[in-house]
Amino acid sequence: MTVTLPVKADPAALADPPRDSGLWRGLPAKAKAGTALLGVFVLAGIIGPLVTPYDPSFQNPSPALSLQPPSAAHLLGTTQSGQDVLSQLLVGIRLTLELAAIVGVVATALSVIVGVSAAFLGGFWDDVLSLLSNVFLVIPALPLLILLLGYLPQRGQEATILVLSVLGWPWGARVIRAQTMAIRNRDFVGAARETGERTWRVIAFEIIPNEVSLIAASFVNTVLYAIGASVALAFLGLADLTSWSLGTMLYWAQSQQALQLGAWWWIVPPGLAVALIGTSLVLLNTGLDELGNPRLRDAGSVAKIGGRRLHPADPTPVLLAAPPPRGRAAGLLHSFSRRALLEERGLAPRPAGRRPAPSPGGER
Amino acid sequence: MPFIARRLVFYLVAAWVALTANFFIPRAMGGSAIEDIISKFPNLQPSAYKALQAMLGVGHPGSIWQQYLTYLDDVFHFNFGIDVTEYPARVSTLLVQTIPWTLTLVGSATVIAFVLGTGLGILAGWRHGGWLDRVLPGLMFFQAVPYFFLALILLELFAISVHAFPLGQGYGAGLVPGWHWSFIGSAIYHSLLPAFTIVITSVAGWMLQMRNVMITTIGEDYVLAGQAKGLPDHRVVFTYAARNALLPQLQGFGLALGFVVSGAIVMEIVFSYPGIGLLLLNAVTSNDFPLMQAIFLVITFTVLLANLIVDLVIAFVDPRARAQEAAR
Repeated sequence: MTVTLPVKADPAALADPPRDSGLWRGLPAKAKAGTALLGVFVLAGIIGPLVTPYDPSFQNPSPALSLQPPSAAHLLGTTQSGQDVLSQLLVGIRLTLELAAIVGVVATALSVIVGVSAAFLGGFWDDVLSLLSNVFLVIPALPLLILLLGYLPQRGQEATILVLSVLGWPWGARVIRAQTMAIRNRDFVGAARETGERTWRVIAFEIIPNEVSLIAASFVNTVLYAIGASVALAFLGLADLTSWSLGTMLYWAQSQQALQLGAWWWIVPPGLAVALIGTSLVLLNTGLDELGNPRLRDAGSVAKIGGRRLHPADPTPVLLAAPPPRGRAAGLLHSFSRRALLEERGLAPRPAGRRPAPSPGGER
Repeated sequence: MPFIARRLVFYLVAAWVALTANFFIPRAMGGSAIEDIISKFPNLQPSAYKALQAMLGVGHPGSIWQQYLTYLDDVFHFNFGIDVTEYPARVSTLLVQTIPWTLTLVGSATVIAFVLGTGLGILAGWRHGGWLDRVLPGLMFFQAVPYFFLALILLELFAISVHAFPLGQGYGAGLVPGWHWSFIGSAIYHSLLPAFTIVITSVAGWMLQMRNVMITTIGEDYVLAGQAKGLPDHRVVFTYAARNALLPQLQGFGLALGFVVSGAIVMEIVFSYPGIGLLLLNAVTSNDFPLMQAIFLVITFTVLLANLIVDLVIAFVDPRARAQEAAR
């Protein structure tokens, strides 16, 4: 039996000139989608409050305007007290994003400070700081946040920002510490030290620039956490309930029984906005991950050799020529394998007499 | 120090940090804030008033060290004082009533989500670029939805529009809680929608993580060696790749647990589920500080205990953890 290699070196394909590698083009598709989606909300947050059709807090006394479904005058309908949902949403996106961005900056800065100093101080202080971040990682954040906010005399935006920042740094600190430990022993850092650079200069110009992607990922994560936590806290009533954020909108909608009254237009827009902002951040983070670890990318962007995509899990040429698996469980599993994928795409030969790959669970 | 002993020490330290934070938070708030809190309960019974004062560290409670020791002693005896809003109920009684509900619901739903997500992650990672892998971005949407919002939507779809599930509560009206089938059946029926919410929102996270580790593991030489030997796929997937990929996943489970529990307790509110989340909401809305503090401790200790169990599993699965030089 002759075994043909799936890769045929095609000189023409190999000589393909490298495509222009702009920053945007080089981004994985998920990162692009995330950035675009997030951009929409950031724009809404910047422009929105300037173009709100109504004052979000204005209560229209006319009973005819209470709980109106979406119409031309009120594009997203009205609340029970005749407030315009669209105006609340636009102002709310602004406030929520603002809070999340500030928390993201403060908490990420804290995690860089803690992570880098733990790695550089070493010894006792490293142990203490690492222990501290591990402890705060394992203690569930929300009950502690509730306790802290509950005791604070006023529960305004500043209090929420403060509390969220204080509890938001451990994850980033842990990752950044590990990375700093790895970089610290590299030759270029040693070289910088040998030339007499001070420690702070080594940190600011040698270490930090090499951790930018990690810091960015940690920032995105922190923003995600801040949005989730602030919305949950506001939903519980632990926020300044006179201001309009996505969380307070949900609080009022829930406490005035929007769904029971059938007013989906009141509760769905803020919830969907939270979910979509969250999705964009998760996509962005996954995309950043893929940027740093090309193996994670979709099959569409794995290594291309000779015009054919190659993948680590591809079956070896010997396996490709081997008889297909028999039995139900093996067949089910096989349908998920790289080989079945290649067979489907006509890249692997389907051995003669082989039945079509069974669909999951659907035989007989 | 063996792996488990070291982890045990770590959790003890974490528990001590939580206990101490719980003790010092009210004392760090300053006198006027404390007076505000006390003035919210003008009609308090003397014994409850005394308990509240002791908890907040005002009145004549003795030195701070003495207060601290008394506080630790109380916590060890599961004595969280008297509830200030539901006088004369003791806080510990309220907790004992609600903990089993949350523990059963959140515990089983989280385990289901973890097993399901890990399994799907194995398949998505194995068939990288296949259909399961391509629906992942869609699942990320569910991962980003706040638990309570999804709960609201599911409630609207399946309980209000279509009367397929109950509107809320832990069991049917008129049933007496006890170990008989009509009650257990009703309790399971009422927990389906909340459990479904937890599974949907958390499954994507486990799946994504497992997929990523799987993909990295599949790139290892020993997996290639297994394939080259001509081993059947299922052996390569489960015995070679998944078994090793499971370790980071288990370590992540411990860390993500606090997050899942936090989301789940807020979700309970939407379903008026008689668990600890609803109790927490009542505590927050009525400024019931003794109850809030006790709930914080109970949730934290439960999460720490769950983490310890996960570590026991890791020690069982990973021979390196059992050996002296366990990777942190």
